[in-house]
Amino acid sequence: MSGIKKFVVGSFDDEVVLFPAVKNVRKAGYKIHDVYTPFPVHGLDHAMGLRETSIHTAGFIYAVMGTTTALTFISWVFTKDWPLNIGGKPHFALPAWIPITFELTVLFSAVGMVLTFCYLCQLSPFVKKHHFSARSTDDHFVMVIECTEKTNDSEVQSFLQSVGAKDINIQVAESGWWLGRYDKEQKLYREELGY
Amino acid sequence: MNYNNKFELPGSYKKWTWGLIVAGLLAVLYGFIVFHPFAHPVHAEGGSHGNVNGTRFWAVLLQNSVYWLLTANAAMFFICITTLAMGGWQVAMRRVPEAISSVVPVLGLITFIILLAIVLGGRTDIYHWLDPNLYVKGTGTFDKILNGKHGFLNPTFFLVWSAVSIILWILLGRKMRSLSLKSDETGPMDHAEAKRWIDVNFTYASYFIVFFGLSVASTVPWLWLMSIDPHWYSTMYSWYTFASTFVSGLSLIAIFVIFLKNRGQLEYVTEEHLHDIGKFMFAFSVFWAYLWFDQYMLIWYSNQPEETRYFIDRIGTATKTGPYYGIFFFNLVVNFMAPLLILMRKSSKRNWTIVTFVAVLIIFGHWIDFFQMIMPGTVGPNFELMPFEFGIACLFIGVIMWGVGGYLTKHSLVAKNHPFLKESMIHHT
Repeated sequence: MSGIKKFVVGSFDDEVVLFPAVKNVRKAGYKIHDVYTPFPVHGLDHAMGLRETSIHTAGFIYAVMGTTTALTFISWVFTKDWPLNIGGKPHFALPAWIPITFELTVLFSAVGMVLTFCYLCQLSPFVKKHHFSARSTDDHFVMVIECTEKTNDSEVQSFLQSVGAKDINIQVAESGWWLGRYDKEQKLYREELGY
Repeated sequence: MNYNNKFELPGSYKKWTWGLIVAGLLAVLYGFIVFHPFAHPVHAEGGSHGNVNGTRFWAVLLQNSVYWLLTANAAMFFICITTLAMGGWQVAMRRVPEAISSVVPVLGLITFIILLAIVLGGRTDIYHWLDPNLYVKGTGTFDKILNGKHGFLNPTFFLVWSAVSIILWILLGRKMRSLSLKSDETGPMDHAEAKRWIDVNFTYASYFIVFFGLSVASTVPWLWLMSIDPHWYSTMYSWYTFASTFVSGLSLIAIFVIFLKNRGQLEYVTEEHLHDIGKFMFAFSVFWAYLWFDQYMLIWYSNQPEETRYFIDRIGTATKTGPYYGIFFFNLVVNFMAPLLILMRKSSKRNWTIVTFVAVLIIFGHWIDFFQMIMPGTVGPNFELMPFEFGIACLFIGVIMWGVGGYLTKHSLVAKNHPFLKESMIHHT
């Protein structure tokens, strides 16, 4: 929970306008808090200068954990704990274990990556975050610029207008997440209408 | 940015081409003189061989001709599946698989001559089922199992079907290539023309795929390779062969794309395209391993003597290690573990050097794979991996380089009027 901050929020109605706007806002030195879009926009992460996700590295580590778990557990069961004679095969019957090892590798990797993804995106039941604009789930591309003490709000607003934002306002909002319900959010920020 | 400038082969390429062909011809000549390939084969399955070197000569020729022919043909398969999938990303480098598939007529002719020599020469040491004594009832040599397969495994059907397969690959491949080359001359297409052109491509690609399924993915590996061990059969075998040659074909495409890129050609091919080729190589290496494992595990699990025989000849039993033990597991490391671990990262699929390295590794690995598919049933434990084996491989690599080089210099390297070219130029993974 990183506290209450002030944001300038600009809504765009076209992704063709959004891309150069992101580029210009970054060039002008403003800090983009985030861009909220109704659908995944190809290449936007690159335009915003976000680093590559390392979720695949995490996936690899989970996969190796799955492989290790499967092989150690099955080999312990079938050679030490409860050796069975199955069709005269050796107790250490590696080929028969490969399908299960594969399944566990995939399972660990998939479940682990989903949980990691939810953690990184701060997605969980009861975790709430401030919505800058309800239309970002419908037809607006919402760019949120974070203000510091030195930022001149009106300058940012007119800049956003110049790069093509259709709807601009200033919001003072909780920047992180909180536990609870949305009806409490009214106490967490006050909304100021823009121009 | 000039589409029409013809590509000039560098002198070193020509030197390597002719060097490899001459080295290969020397190997063939050496085999002719030293190995007595036309001496009468003395055969007994699993027994003693009178003239191992004569068997070795034909087995190595069979291995290389079938491997390189199916690898080159896999390039046309790549064109056809991407056409059927309405794929656009590969158009910028489409002339490279076209060039590789243009070698199919030459390699097909070589392969057919070798098959003809083996079958008409009665090489029972290669194809045991050629022995006519197996089908005479009431004699000691009568073989009930092979007699049951005689309707399929007989010289006439073998040769006719081989000829039909090779000819149809050549004709349908040539049609696909000529459609692409003709679009260079007819100029830019409007929407209706482009639609019609894609439809024609689509139709011929479907014919090719259907026939590919009837040949490479089923009958051809049964006849050419699986019939070396005629009593044994595996329903996985043709898929296994297909996966093996398709992944080598993709690697061959990757190598030539990178070669042309290094010469400053193919300006629209970027890391994005390399990334997709890398994904294909990664995916089909895993697919090959899946089939390898399926074939191995099912036979290991059910433990039927007539099926396990195949693996006993290769890796031996629990108590006695077989002659191909090392090669068999080396094969798995090179063709599965190495591509899996090396190509797993996105950054390595986008790295020209790493993809080149893995492509060479895969082509070598599947050559070894074919080696261990063919040698145990022919030369048995007396196999060798000597300059002769590599020399014959050099001959076929040289022929491929010669054919591909010829095609690339004769035609524009970019299919400039292909309706999907723009999609390929702006391709972004």
